[in-house]
Amino acid sequence: MTGPGDRSGEDAALGVNAPSGGFRKGSFGVTGSGDTSGFGGLVRVEPGGAVALHSTDRPYGGYFDEVTDALIEAVGEATYAAAVSRVLVDRGEITYFVAREHLLVLTQALRDDDALRFELCSSVSGVDYLDSGGPVATPDRPRLHVVYHLTSMTYRRRIRLEVAVTAEDAHVPSVVGIYPTADWHERETWDMFGIVFDGHPALTRILMPDDWDGHPQRKDYPLGGVPVEYHDATIPPPDTRRSYR
Amino acid sequence: MTTTYNPSDPYAGSRETTEGRVYTVTGGDWDLTFADPHGEERLVVNMGPQHPSTHGVLRLILDLEGETVTKARVTIGYLHTGIEKNTEYRNWTQGTTFVTRMDYLAPLFNEAGYCMAVEKLLGVEIPQRAATIRVLVMELNRIASHLVALATFGMEMGALTGMTNGFREREMVLDLLEEITGLRMNHAYIRPGGLAQDLPEGAVEHIREFLKVMPKRVADFHRLLTGQPIWQRRLKDVGYLDVTGCLALGVTGPILRAAGLPWDLRKVEPYLGYETYDFEVPTADTADAWGRYLVRMAEVNESLKLIEQALDRLEPGPVMVEDRKIAWPAQLSLGPDGMGNSLDHVRHIMGQSMEALIHHFKLVTEGFRVPAGQVYVPIESPRGELGYHVVSDGSTRPWRVHVRDPSFVNLQATAAMSEGGMIADVIAAVASIDPVMGGVDR
Repeated sequence: MTGPGDRSGEDAALGVNAPSGGFRKGSFGVTGSGDTSGFGGLVRVEPGGAVALHSTDRPYGGYFDEVTDALIEAVGEATYAAAVSRVLVDRGEITYFVAREHLLVLTQALRDDDALRFELCSSVSGVDYLDSGGPVATPDRPRLHVVYHLTSMTYRRRIRLEVAVTAEDAHVPSVVGIYPTADWHERETWDMFGIVFDGHPALTRILMPDDWDGHPQRKDYPLGGVPVEYHDATIPPPDTRRSYR
Repeated sequence: MTTTYNPSDPYAGSRETTEGRVYTVTGGDWDLTFADPHGEERLVVNMGPQHPSTHGVLRLILDLEGETVTKARVTIGYLHTGIEKNTEYRNWTQGTTFVTRMDYLAPLFNEAGYCMAVEKLLGVEIPQRAATIRVLVMELNRIASHLVALATFGMEMGALTGMTNGFREREMVLDLLEEITGLRMNHAYIRPGGLAQDLPEGAVEHIREFLKVMPKRVADFHRLLTGQPIWQRRLKDVGYLDVTGCLALGVTGPILRAAGLPWDLRKVEPYLGYETYDFEVPTADTADAWGRYLVRMAEVNESLKLIEQALDRLEPGPVMVEDRKIAWPAQLSLGPDGMGNSLDHVRHIMGQSMEALIHHFKLVTEGFRVPAGQVYVPIESPRGELGYHVVSDGSTRPWRVHVRDPSFVNLQATAAMSEGGMIADVIAAVASIDPVMGGVDR
């Protein structure tokens, strides 16, 4: 019995274990790699599709080890072990996957510790890995990710923190108290992904109208989700007009 | 019909009608309801979203006491077009045409940031000539953007000649960009893997002519505005924000440099070979609108230096990666009626090679695949750190493109810059932030 979300056939065809490979359809409803011309030569499926599930082993290389050691020293080994489930180094960038309960402790240390000094929160945004981590998002593989890009101007370093939550319990503590610049970023992430930042001073919509329904950048929210109406004619949303799926 | 009053709400009784419950606001002592402990003169003014001094559709809600602003709230979103969402439904190359429309005064920076993120995901290196031309067109674009910033600054302060001069000089840059890319704005010239096409014949000479003219025009600008007492008194000590405030609010770009921190990503995290160019990072120590004005003026001069160096080091060579699985197959050519398809290329795919046609079709309709992963690529746009957080799941379309637009972040400083000042200074403060609403709302 295979449902519409079941991709085990595709994954098997690609020689990837079913739960770990995420693949999207190509244009024109093509399944699998859709490769008839050799373009698929570039396909490289990370374990877990876009949201890689493995952890990089020490040493991480570059300044990443220094940052990690300083972070462990700042928050304590036990807290670090509880807070950071895994660390991924990819394409010269480091990502710490952080449990939301420990986010504030970590960011506070990252900002204030003399050996870390991440003074600038460059960006906070969301990513919805709806079906990219497997057919269905499961509690141990939550679909909504909040991504923090922190910059240390003192040491000229950049790191990324990632917090994953489920759509049913999309609550993340707000970092506005630590990085005031996150105010609008978090409002935008709430607006676009429906992630609630607990402790935010005024978490309201920022880009969409106040009375808008839904969170447009979630993957299950269609492009052009609103039917456009002109005089006596209704134009269906684009995703029902063309194969934008 | 009878009116029943809700005892808990003396001001708005309600009654049931066939059309549902109707509330009747019966009046009351509004003076008591809105008793103002701070004085008689509290006034809430809604400025915008359609207002000539708010740089596009920006809405400011100002609490005034007399002429003093006690509270400034900023409302945005009037220009939200869902560009980030749209990119998820187009292939990687088509993404360029979307991102270029965000910060419409700095389109080439958007294209470059996006393409550098895609190239980082792909793991490809662009040819040297493409990198040099990217620097060249970006610095031209920076001049155009700063000229608009200065022109609108002048207009909003009442110095209308500043506006006409600024737009006149900007037009020279736009003519050059039109000659190079085919379009004045929204170029889609920088593509993943390189550039859409090489510099056309004669472009280098025209840029050199511009380089001869422009320094004099910058000097004219200084003569027109910098020494002018009214200009100075409108700008000095207005919209103050020091380094601490900038960092807390995430403010980068000329505002941060005007506060004294020489933080320019071209210097501190060089890309596209900026570390090999000789240029300065202008700063000021006033942390006010005046400093930001001077920093932008100085940056125009630095960009002129960069353009000259880029022209000098232009060597013949390809402007697109060798890999034909990434490089856009269609070629453009400049005809007498403007930019268009290359007839040679059309002849080749339609008449000579079936494989070339298949290749063209696959790459143009489906696009190339990008290995899964995520990157964050920051570059220095005229307004500060422009960051592209791009996620790929290994397919022919982006999984997520998030843009950290500097205007969006810098605009948060409006309240900090204008509260406690005069209402006229709000205009100067917002103008000195130089927000572009297309980038703010995306």
